[in-house]
Amino acid sequence: MTFTRTLLATSALVAVGGTAFADGHMASDMTLVSWGGAYQNSQQKAYVEPYIAMNEGVTAVWDESSAEAVAKLRAMNEAGNITWDLVDVVAADAIRLCDEGLAMEINPDEDLADAPDGTKASVDFGDLIVSDCFIPQIVYSTTMGYRTDLVGDTAPTSVCAVFDTEAYPGKRSLEKRPINNMEWALICDGVAKDDVYSVLETAEGQERALAKLDTIKDDVIWWSAGADTPQLLADGEVVMGSTYNGRFFSLIEEQKQPVAMLWDAQVFDLDGWIIPAGLPADRLARVKDFVKFATDTQRLADQSKYISYGPARLSSAPLVGKHADLGIDMAPHMPTDPANATNTFLYNYEFWADYRDDIDAKFQAWLAK
Amino acid sequence: MVALTPISRKPMSFVVPTVAAAGAVAGIFVGAAQGSSLLGLLVGAALLAVIAVIVMQDILPERMMKWIVTAGFAIAGFILAGLPALIIGALFGWFFGWFAYWLFEGRYRGKVAPYLTSGQVLWHFTFRVICGAIFVFLITPILVVMPLSFNAQDFFTFTQEMLRFDPAGYSLKHYRDFLTNPEWTNAVANSLRIAPVATLLSVSLGTLAAIGLSQSHVPGRRAIMAILISPMIVPLIISATGMYFFYAKIGIIGTYWGVVLAHTVLGIPFVIITVTATLVGFDNSLTRAAANMGAGPVKTFFKIQMPLILPGVISGGLFAFITSFDEVVVVIFIGSAKLQTLPWQMFTGLREQISPTILAAATILVGISIILLTIVEMLRRRSERLRGMSPA
Repeated sequence: MTFTRTLLATSALVAVGGTAFADGHMASDMTLVSWGGAYQNSQQKAYVEPYIAMNEGVTAVWDESSAEAVAKLRAMNEAGNITWDLVDVVAADAIRLCDEGLAMEINPDEDLADAPDGTKASVDFGDLIVSDCFIPQIVYSTTMGYRTDLVGDTAPTSVCAVFDTEAYPGKRSLEKRPINNMEWALICDGVAKDDVYSVLETAEGQERALAKLDTIKDDVIWWSAGADTPQLLADGEVVMGSTYNGRFFSLIEEQKQPVAMLWDAQVFDLDGWIIPAGLPADRLARVKDFVKFATDTQRLADQSKYISYGPARLSSAPLVGKHADLGIDMAPHMPTDPANATNTFLYNYEFWADYRDDIDAKFQAWLAK
Repeated sequence: MVALTPISRKPMSFVVPTVAAAGAVAGIFVGAAQGSSLLGLLVGAALLAVIAVIVMQDILPERMMKWIVTAGFAIAGFILAGLPALIIGALFGWFFGWFAYWLFEGRYRGKVAPYLTSGQVLWHFTFRVICGAIFVFLITPILVVMPLSFNAQDFFTFTQEMLRFDPAGYSLKHYRDFLTNPEWTNAVANSLRIAPVATLLSVSLGTLAAIGLSQSHVPGRRAIMAILISPMIVPLIISATGMYFFYAKIGIIGTYWGVVLAHTVLGIPFVIITVTATLVGFDNSLTRAAANMGAGPVKTFFKIQMPLILPGVISGGLFAFITSFDEVVVVIFIGSAKLQTLPWQMFTGLREQISPTILAAATILVGISIILLTIVEMLRRRSERLRGMSPA
């Protein structure tokens, strides 16, 4: 009696174990790291929910730690305990993580799906694969928005309105870092767009940008989180301010605030996944399976139903449709839309990789003055 | 309290300037809201001087005069800034009506000792005003959060509808979000799974440590005490970093028990301090008497010592609970995505998406904290009463 029960129990265990290992030793839990808010929600809707529907028994939890991803991955690596499976970071952080060996190098043509017409992933993503570890998802831009009821009769049309305190009196909000602000300052000080980075390389050029920023320093509220400028604009605390274009979309179209945005001199940046280095084989297999699905042409196009960021694949662009809840066409809200992209900047990774520490220090010293 | 000093009416040279000065102070705030502090100051002073003079003529009965002033200010408020200002105006009017008569009739003298000089009387009331101001500055930020949590919009903004008391400007949607959104409900569930267990461990270990350390024969007890209390003194970020690397080595990082242990360590100092304080008043001859009658140490502890130090144990436990429930730094280090607690969720929510759901959560937490602290205070009073320390 006891013997048969043991035998039954053992065979049941073997059966359970057998099914668990049936699909190629894949772990069934994933910890995904992202930015929270509407962006994370778009990833949940566009990639995670369909993936879980296809793969029964798989669970995904979110950790909203992308803002401190570099520091945390360093600590995890030092402690020898990587708890994350897939991490959403901006391209600059991906480059750093890759250089430090904290992110795994990928082979785009092998690890990522081809476009529906058979184009290889490396061609479909093209230049946007800015690092060997980086799997691009979206193109977003940092740009300027203003309160329509606080700017008087002539609405601003150029980014330089932010430096024009006479025509547009009041506070403005800018990000508390030199990136973007220095470029805008130089453009509005008369530097041609193509010369911005060669000017910014020199100490005089940096002084010149800071001198331009100095003219509005007393009127600036500095922000550090993407949600700050929308809050300040909704409050009427500022007349204009910079933030990510997706935040403006939500503020204008979803929250119906009296705000309009400028696409002039918008700065493109990329956001995407990295896989932490040193994952155990079963978790790596699962996350590779997921990321191949999550970055295919249809999934990246689906994401734009929930947020106004441009898909990183060329082949996704024609598939961009309408917003899931609002039913409006999303294409005109994409930073990459031809009508919006008449005057743009691409975040210069090489320049900022070389000069960031130096200019950061100068910028902070200027802020403290 | 009954009047201590006979009161008499005061001369115009005292009442009018004082009331006018108070009006000037209030005028600065109203003026600042309307665009000119200086104008507000002058108008406030002039207006209140006139009111003080009318009061002192004693033509109208006091009650009627107070009503007239209140109504007058309410109407002025309504004209300046609509419905909310009507209420504020009425409060101002009520205060100044009362204030003018309080000074004029000399009532302020009634409840202070008769031998005080004018300077001492002035200080007596200035002191109260300062205390009130400190109280207001401490409490206002907490109170401001509460109406904002009923905002119908997704921003931390008092909208026009809210200021008009239009029901359309208010909504319970952030409370609904808090109670139905899995992100928040999971966070609450995690906090409720972690905090009570951490509290129980803190209380057990902390009480035992306090009892042990209150014995005079324990060697090096000051040093041990200092080490046990150090998590309260060392900056939290340092404890958190240390725990992170230590817990990673022994493999309990990101686990439920890892977080519970970390919170236990943070809670123990509170328990030790409160229990040690209660033990000061504990008479050790009671344990000796119990031993004399044949009770073992364990029985003595549960039957004699524990009931007497229970208030200290419970209030220490409540502090330990609140520490665990409010803690964000350590849990960000030790926890994992599956163990996001309520403060963690609020912290990331505030950074990435400024949503009034955080305010709804904050309002609920403030309510819980008030209830817990009321319990602590009631226990404290009870224990004082039992020990005959309180006159009441």
